[in-house]
Amino acid sequence: MSEIFTRAIFADNLALSFFLGMCTFLAVSRKVSTATGLGLAVICVQLITVPLNNLIHSHLLMPGAWAWLGLPEVDLHFLRLITFIGLIAATVQILEMILDRFFPALFGALGIYLPLLTVNCAILGGSLFMVERQYNLGESVVYAAGTGIGWALAIMALAAIRERLAYSDVPPALRGAGMAFVVTGLMSMGFSVFGTAALP
Amino acid sequence: MTTPRRILLDPLVDANPVTLHLLGICSALAVTTTLDTALTMAAAMTVVLVLSSLTISAIRSQIPPAIRLIVQITIIASLVIVIDQMLRAFLYEISQRLSIFVGLIVTNCIILGRAEAFAMRNPPLPSLLDALGNGAGYSLILIAVAVIRELLGTGALLGIPVLVTVEQGGWFQPLGFMALAPSAFFILGGLVWALRSLRRDQIEPDGFVRPSQEIDQ
Repeated sequence: MSEIFTRAIFADNLALSFFLGMCTFLAVSRKVSTATGLGLAVICVQLITVPLNNLIHSHLLMPGAWAWLGLPEVDLHFLRLITFIGLIAATVQILEMILDRFFPALFGALGIYLPLLTVNCAILGGSLFMVERQYNLGESVVYAAGTGIGWALAIMALAAIRERLAYSDVPPALRGAGMAFVVTGLMSMGFSVFGTAALP
Repeated sequence: MTTPRRILLDPLVDANPVTLHLLGICSALAVTTTLDTALTMAAAMTVVLVLSSLTISAIRSQIPPAIRLIVQITIIASLVIVIDQMLRAFLYEISQRLSIFVGLIVTNCIILGRAEAFAMRNPPLPSLLDALGNGAGYSLILIAVAVIRELLGTGALLGIPVLVTVEQGGWFQPLGFMALAPSAFFILGGLVWALRSLRRDQIEPDGFVRPSQEIDQ
């Protein structure tokens, strides 16, 4: 369990070693405050959708999941993608409404980032990896927390570096996007060390 | 009014979805360790993009604006499922190596971006050209990155030896770094740098005023 957690944060960081959620990762990392908001939103949505998708997958979509109804040969796994993306879109929408109704302050901080998450590959990727690695419900909760925290950590770190980069003299053609790629590459090298170095 | 020729050719270099708009980067980086996975991914992505743009553009006046996103995502997801099943059926080995990234075409921002920005407002034929152009622009970047990574990482292209490696008695020492994730970031960063050095108009404005400039003024 703890190994799944630390691997998901560091060595298998979704953003830096699987390139997931790169579009928002690069677009919304100019300021630390916005990056923190987006990071928190990713953790919330990840923690809700991955376990829910795990339940749906193991009780409705897996081959043989309908055996209790006397239909053991039904295999709905090809519906996986559309179910997962539908659930993610619905979760984001409902979360937005709940936050708006009961936690207006939190909605003010996270509200504008929530719609972005429907098309964030880190969210869908988390659910797909959970299926591919055959995690059970407990493991999938831990994995969701790990991947969410790892992604948030990466985008906050990149935003902090980019804030400082504003003061450096970057070649004009490398400004903005080019520099963001190079910095992310360096961060990715740093994080890949966690995969080889043994933690005590 | 832009001519069909411009709609088709602009996304290749001048308005490339990957290097200018920074869309669809996830898969552009992840599947480029070898050329054959990159080619498969580029083909799958282009097919989905063309079909989704065509479908969405054809029914664009029937889609209620309030639920347009969910309609678009449903169409895209259905197309991706078809592609995913076909890859599993005919190219099983490559589909295993692409792992979850075929599924992630659903959340590829290029597809939703073109649906929202172009197909919702234009008739099917221009949408088809726009999708073809953007698919080609995306494929171009994917293939460029994959060629660099596979050639320098293994000395081969599509599994055919090009540079003779030291192990086979040649001179080329494969760069193991090219197989790892960070190399993709550096190559894409370098591509953006090269492209923007050639097309100066794509350079982003400097958000910072240097003290020396303030004194000059």
